[in-house]
Formats: sequence, structure tokens, C-alpha cells
Amino acid sequence: MTKGAVLILGGRSDIGLATAHALAGAGHPVWLAARNAAGLEPERTDLALRHGVEVSLHEFDVLDTAAMPGFLDTLPGLPAVVVSVVGLLGDQAKDEHDPAAAITVMRTNYEGPATILGLIAYRMEARGSGAIVGVSSVAGLRGRATNYIYGSAKAGFTAYLSGLRNRLAKRGVHVLTVLPGFVDTRMTAGMDLPKKLTAAPTEVGAAVRRALEGQRDVVYVKPVWRLVMAVIRAIPEGVFKKLRL
Amino acid sequence: MILSGWGRTTAQDCRVSRPRSEAELAARVAEGGLIARGAGRAYGDAAQSAANTVDMGGFRRMIAFDDATGQLVAEAGVTLDEVIATFLPRGWFPAVTPGTRFVTLGGAVAADVHGKNHHRDGSFGATVDWIDLMGPDGRVRRVAPGDPLFGWTVGVMGLTGVILRVALRLKAVETGYIRQRTLPAPHLAAAMATFEANADATYSVAWIDCLARGPSLGRSLVLLGEHAALADLPEDARARPFHPPAPKRRLVPFEAPGFLLNGLTVRAFNEVYWRAGLAGLGERLVGWAPYFYPLDAVEGWNRIYGRRGFVQFQCALPLAVAAGALEALLREISAAGQGSFLAVLKRFGPQAGAFSFPMEGYTLALDFPLHAGTAALLDRLDRIVVTAGGRFYLAKDARMSRAVFEAAEPRAAAFRGFRTAEGLAGAFGSTQSERLGL
Ligand SMILES: Cc1cc2nc3c(=O)[nH]c(=O)nc-3n(C[C@H](O)[C@H](O)[C@H](O)COP(=O)(O)OP(=O)(O)OC[C@H]3O[C@@H](n4cnc5c(N)ncnc54)[C@H](O)[C@@H]3O)c2cc1C
Ligand SMILES: NC(=O)c1ccc[n+]([C@@H]2O[C@H](COP(=O)([O-])OP(=O)(O)OC[C@H]3O[C@@H](n4cnc5c(N)ncnc54)[C@H](OP(=O)(O)O)[C@@H]3O)[C@@H](O)[C@H]2O)c1
Repeated sequence: MTKGAVLILGGRSDIGLATAHALAGAGHPVWLAARNAAGLEPERTDLALRHGVEVSLHEFDVLDTAAMPGFLDTLPGLPAVVVSVVGLLGDQAKDEHDPAAAITVMRTNYEGPATILGLIAYRMEARGSGAIVGVSSVAGLRGRATNYIYGSAKAGFTAYLSGLRNRLAKRGVHVLTVLPGFVDTRMTAGMDLPKKLTAAPTEVGAAVRRALEGQRDVVYVKPVWRLVMAVIRAIPEGVFKKLRL
Repeated sequence: MILSGWGRTTAQDCRVSRPRSEAELAARVAEGGLIARGAGRAYGDAAQSAANTVDMGGFRRMIAFDDATGQLVAEAGVTLDEVIATFLPRGWFPAVTPGTRFVTLGGAVAADVHGKNHHRDGSFGATVDWIDLMGPDGRVRRVAPGDPLFGWTVGVMGLTGVILRVALRLKAVETGYIRQRTLPAPHLAAAMATFEANADATYSVAWIDCLARGPSLGRSLVLLGEHAALADLPEDARARPFHPPAPKRRLVPFEAPGFLLNGLTVRAFNEVYWRAGLAGLGERLVGWAPYFYPLDAVEGWNRIYGRRGFVQFQCALPLAVAAGALEALLREISAAGQGSFLAVLKRFGPQAGAFSFPMEGYTLALDFPLHAGTAALLDRLDRIVVTAGGRFYLAKDARMSRAVFEAAEPRAAAFRGFRTAEGLAGAFGSTQSERLGL
């Protein structure tokens, strides 16, 4: 049985590649889109060798919104599933004083991913089928002193996905929001993350595959995060503002 | 970051990095004192360096597979688990595998691991066509059997450089099942005779009841195995020959307190095992996972020994004196009443490689929970092995003294000379190599 292709936006990311492996393992061809896509040749070979599916590479920059319609036209077609894992953590303490850097974080986590998924959603809606996966973050559920530039952009992206889901619910297009807690990736390299709260990229990939099969709306990957965030969100603002988080 | 070996007795704060490219790795190598770390399945401190531990998780891509020859080229961080998941459904299996599939190719080469077919097929290194090795200057060299650098790399636990890629020959199989024959042996001599009489079996290994004494000393179950052909499978299994029903994955979620593992519990365990073995006598079909990797089904089983952890003891004994030395070892162990949870006996065949662990003869592997008395017992076992001209497995070692190592390893001096001549000594080192003075 041949399955529909999966487009991964942010094909170099650990979470993106793990998701590609999980879905290629289920028989989906994979299109990896990234900056400097040619550098992903070893990943292309690895995916194809392990899973026996077609894998192709596509040049993509999420900040170049003007080029997006053209980018979509160069793809082999409209994918069955699109997964956006593009994101940028930035350096909060530095970016607070550097508007250009802060804007790049905002655009990379919100404007860019929302724009490309919006364009794809329109085409999927016309076709009447498809699945859209947006990897956002628990950081978007409440702004914290140490990462509110990133967090606010993720909040925007999460709200966008929620609205998209609401619009497409009756149009045959499934929208999945993924809110990972900590994940052991390049983005968090060198950080001392608590083991019990930290997922491996493969766990995110497996969670996305299950959530697609189960037509889920929002997944947290590690269930404990739903609880952690419920607690964090329940703290009254007057108390929250005095906490060091 | 706190690292420790699989036995959990060597906890140490280490600076760990995960380079993603040869350039990033070369920069780490230039800092010196580096040791590569694979899946961390070695029991002691072989994959720890306080200053410079490199996690090979950044190198885990498969590169090429030739389905005419079965040659797989892959990065060193790829695990045997991934190799099996990818290639068993296509009719290929690792030609040599240790008792866990959660090891990396780099770790398997570095320890030159052995499997239940060592007596026939040799160690892991014998299935390798070449490796790419990053040396102290950051340059990558392709080395193959015959090259002295290859001989010194296989089995020396990461002390000649970082293995980046491995070209490995897999073995063609018709199914994912093993035909297993279980032969009871009432004592040690019978177990050894069974090994000798079945030298042509592909796989052989024995489980020893460590608490049996007197005339029953060395009471064992010898397990022989052959890859099953398609025609060996029952009709209903032939449609999916590579997918034996999976055993349930069991978790050991808690850290069992040490007192649970006193002689009594182990006695009970062995008794149950013995009876189960008798009930299953004769030939039966077993899936590849329970056959090769019974412990992998119990996730986190190394925690059953509790917080203090446990140590492994594995020695190789020369054939000529193996019977006497094994008897002396088993006598010490059963007298101490610290019955090892798992005791494994295996016949080794001839061995190539300048520093590999196996030697023609027998190997005995046991583990002990750490408590008072364990250290003294292990010292007594060490002496028996040294006297017999045997040696110890570095992949299992967490505690050997420099003096014992020196006495057991006449090869160490030559290796030290090689390390110095090639400028390896400052560049690569582990907590284990410091302890042993390598
Ligand atoms: C349950 C269990 C059963 C086992 N059964 C067997 C058995 O039957 N036979 C057997 O031989 N062994 C056995 N072992 C031991 C195991 O196979 C070895 O310790 C193996 O080396 C572990 O591989 P790893 O990837 O976890 O390496 P690690 O434990 O991370 O490292 C082991 C050594 O390899 C070196 N190394 C790792 N990667 C590289 C690299 N890329 N380049 C250079 N050096 C590297 C490290 O520096 C270290 O010295 C068993 C272990 C367990 C836990
Ligand atoms: N790791 C965590 O703890 C964690 C937690 C919650 C959510 N997340 C989210 O998970 C997603 C994946 O992150 P990750 O952890 O896998 O880290 P990552 O490896 O840093 O992935 C981020 C990816 O975004 C890509 N990217 C950044 N700017 C881009 C641009 N202008 N155009 C195209 N691609 C761009 C990067 O590509 P380049 O390689 O070209 O730079 C990179 O591959 C991100 O959205 C992240 O916010 C991560």
C-alpha cells in the first residue's frame, strides 16, 4: 500500500527527523524542507535505507514568506501530511535589548510557520483532505521572564493552529497541535534538563504518529506536562509575577 | 552530568558533549583526554572521562547496504537494535551479537564483543570489513583487518581514537526463529563435555546454578541453537517468518532493596530456572528476541540490585587449565553463598586481535550485588584467574586493581608502547584506563 507523502518543514531538527522516521516507518514517503537542504543528504540516505520509502530534499526558509507559494509549486505535489517543527529559542536576556533579534525569534516561531501552514491549509481544504501538524510549545501557555519572546510567539502559533482546526474541522483536514515540554535536542544542548520531564526526540515522533492515527487535537508528548502546565496556569498573576521561573 | 556504567557503581560527574559533525568532533579530540561513549552498556567506567566524554548520539545514520553481500555501512552510534529492526525483515541478522541489542556498533567494535557463536565464528571484529577511525590529529583513517591499527583498536575500549563508521557483514537468515535444544548437565564436567561434544552447534551457552555444591558443583543447563529455516516453522508462522510473537516488555520500575537479593531469593530463582529448563527439554522454536536478549525484555533490570548497584565478573580461561580453574571459582562462589543472579558459561574458540578479551578456552560471567564481603570474594576469584593464566573482560570491569590487571595482561606493555608511539596516550583516555594504567 502506498501512503501519502509527509512534508517536514524544518527537516534538520531532531524532532523533525524523529517524526520523519516515525512516519516513514509507517510507509509514508518523506519530503524534507530546510535551509541548506543539500546538507541533509546523509539523513535522506538514512531514511530511505531504513524504511524503504522515497525521500527528497527541498530548500526552504520560513522567514522568506514571499517565496512560499513558489516553494509549494516546486514540491512533487500537495502532501498528505505537513509537519512544521521550525523554531528558534533565541537568547532571551540578549534579545530583550536587540529588537532585530527578538523580531527574528517572533517571526521564526509564529509568523513564518503560520503563514506556510495557512497556505497549505487552503490547498488541503480545496482538496478536502490532509493533516497539519504544528509543533508549538508549552512555553506558549504562560509568559515567563526567562523566555517570553519565544513563548509569546509560540502562544500566537498555538492560537493560530486552534483557529485553523476550528475552521477546517468540517472540511476533512485534521489539525494537530503538539506541545512538547523539554526535549533533548540541539535546541536544548548543554542545558541541565530534569530527566523525568524530558522526552527523547523519538518519543515526540512516536507521539505524533499516534496522534495522527488517533485524530487527536492537542498532545503534550509526556502526559505529566499537562499537569505541570495546569498548575502553572492556575497560579494567580499577582503571585506568578513574583516567582522566579 | 553524572555518568555511570550499566552496573551503576561508577557514578562520576563528567563533561559530556554530543558533536554532530567531524569538525565538531575534531575540536573535542584536540582538547585531549577524550573517551567516546556509545549506549553505556559497559558495566564499569570504560565510557567515562571527567574532562571529555563524547556521546556518539550525534552519529547514528545508516549509510549503505549491499544486499548481495550483506555489508552494512553505518555510523558508530547506530545500535544493533536498529540494525535488527531494519534488516531482519529483509532476511539479515548480526553475525555476532552480545546478550543485549542495545549496544552501538562503536561499542561493539571497541569491546570486540562476543556472542554465543564465538567458538565457531569468532568475535565482532571478525565480521567487520573496515572502520573509519578519527585519530589524535583529528584526521579520519579507514582501517581494515591486517592493519596494525585495526588490531589494536578492536577490543581496547576506545583508547586508539573515535570510531566514526563501521562496515559490517550481516548474516543471511530465513526466519527470525531459533531452534533451541536444552541439555541438562548435573555437574561442571558434564557441562564442559556437552560443549565439547557440540562444537559444531552454531550457538551454545550454559546457565549455571551457582549455589549447587559438592558433586553437583556446576550443575547447568546447556542451551544450543540453530537459525530455523522456513521449513522448520509451523504452517501458520510461515507467512510472517521474521516476526515471532513479541514477548511482553516488562519494567522493573523500582530499585529493589539489597536485602531482597540474599542467598534465599537467588536460590529460589535458580530452582525455578532449573525446573523450567527440565520442562522445556528437547528442541523447541524460540523467537530471536527471547533467545538472544532475554534481559532486554526487562527494561531497567540493572535496577533490581538497588541503589548500590552490582558488579560483573567475567574471565576467560585457557582451555588446558579451564576445568580446574572453573571448579575452583565455582567452589569459592558457592561457599560464599552470594549466589550470582546470572551465571553464564561459554566455550570460546580461537581469537584474533591484539587486545581482544576472548582466548581459546572457557569464559565465566557472573554478577554480584555490592555488599560487605563482595570485594574480598572478588579478590579471591581474581587470584584464581591470574594463577590459571586467564584474563578479565574490560567491558564488564569496574573495580580491577592495577596489580591484578598487570598480572593478567602481558599484552599491556606492548599496547602502552603503541599508545606512546602513535601519540594516543594524551589524546584518548577513560576513567578505566587511568585506573588500570593503560
Ligand atoms: C545485559 C548485557 C549483556 C551483555 N552481554 C554481552 C555478551 O554476551 N558479550 C559481550 O561481549 N559483551 C556483552 N555485554 C557488554 C557490552 O556488549 C559491551 O560493554 C559493549 O561495549 C557495550 O556497547 P555500548 O555501545 O553500550 O558502549 P559503551 O558502554 O558506551 O562503551 C563501551 C566501550 O566502547 C567504547 N566506545 C563506544 N563507542 C565508541 C566509538 N564510537 N569509538 C571508540 N570507542 C567507542 C567506549 O569508550 C568504551 O570503552 C553485555 C552488556 C549488557 C548490559
Ligand atoms: N527542544 C525542546 O525542548 C522543545 C520544547 C518545546 C518545543 N520545541 C519546538 O520543537 C521544534 C523543533 O525544535 P528542536 O528541539 O528539534 O530544535 P532544533 O533542532 O533547533 O530545530 C529547530 C529547527 O528550526 C529550523 N529553522 C530555524 N529558523 C529557520 C528558518 N528561517 N527557515 C527554516 N528553518 C528554520 C532550524 O533549521 P536550521 O538547521 O537550518 O537552523 C532547525 O532545524 C521547534 O519549533 C521548537 O520550538 C522544542
